[in-house]
Amino acid sequence: MKRVAPFLIPLALFFVLAAFLLRGLWLNPREVPSPLIGKPAPLFTLPALHDKKPFSSKDLLGQVWIMNVWASWCAPCRLEHPLFNDLAAQKLVPIVGLNYKDAPEAARRWLAELGDPYLVSVIDNDGRAGIDFGVYGVPETFVIDRHGVIRHKHIGPVTPEAMRERIIPLVRELQAKP
Amino acid sequence: MRALYFLAALLLAATLATTSEPIGAQQSATEAGSTARFTLDDPIVSRREYELAQNLRCLVCQNESIAKSNAPLAVELREVLREQVAAGRSNEEIIAFMTARYGDFVLFRPPLRASTAVLWFGPFALLAVGAFIAFRVLRTRRALAAQEPLTEAERARAAELLRSGESAK
Repeated sequence: MKRVAPFLIPLALFFVLAAFLLRGLWLNPREVPSPLIGKPAPLFTLPALHDKKPFSSKDLLGQVWIMNVWASWCAPCRLEHPLFNDLAAQKLVPIVGLNYKDAPEAARRWLAELGDPYLVSVIDNDGRAGIDFGVYGVPETFVIDRHGVIRHKHIGPVTPEAMRERIIPLVRELQAKP
Repeated sequence: MRALYFLAALLLAATLATTSEPIGAQQSATEAGSTARFTLDDPIVSRREYELAQNLRCLVCQNESIAKSNAPLAVELREVLREQVAAGRSNEEIIAFMTARYGDFVLFRPPLRASTAVLWFGPFALLAVGAFIAFRVLRTRRALAAQEPLTEAERARAAELLRSGESAK
């Protein structure tokens, strides 16, 4: 026993290190866990994209809603957009768009071209509402419950799997709660 | 003499390297478009602001501080920082504002918590383990060295063995 131990120690250390590094291969360093999950969503009142009238997120209290941060300059937004069109067609949950640092003209054109799944899109011209939500990349998607608490944040384009297995079930679950 | 010159040059380079950053921050007007940092249209308000910005991570280009990054988010966060410094907020308040939105990840200096204890104390624990092993090895060696020296007869036998080994070649 005592004779084998010395060379087994580095070997064991190697396997421990290898296990950690292997785990690291499957982690995405760009996905920073949000400290806002379980916290009340920051309130905003911003001009709506289509008519410039102020829209307040307070109006959504009492219902589950989704906030999708998008911009016409954002390529991955195009990728996830059909999924939001589908979701809107289901009439399951209101989707609010936060049009992040975009030119309103270009944003309206983008929606005309690709379809508008949003109850309303609001203009976050200087990105301040985005900062309040801890947005650091576009697209990002938040699920917010009846009490205005952020329950989920998806970073990057929503995939069909994420929509089917995480977002929609969570919305249904939150809607079932009082 | 050459060594002395070399040393002087090295010292000069070191001072330049450590002081050039804040200076560069104010004089980078000519490179405003290409480089980041605080630029002309992005005027520096105070040293405190710069130091705060240096310790905050830009979340877009994750290994750069918001003081250096050119990403739109970093520019925006610098603006927020400037406003808050101008409004007289304390460093703690500003850092709390940032971590409330982006988490501890935004800090280059991770705070001491249960989840970061390994990060803070791990190296010391490894050092202690290494020191313990080194101590054990050295003690065994010292014990070997302290053993009785060879007797005259043993010495002769060793010499004979060495000789026979040589002739066998």
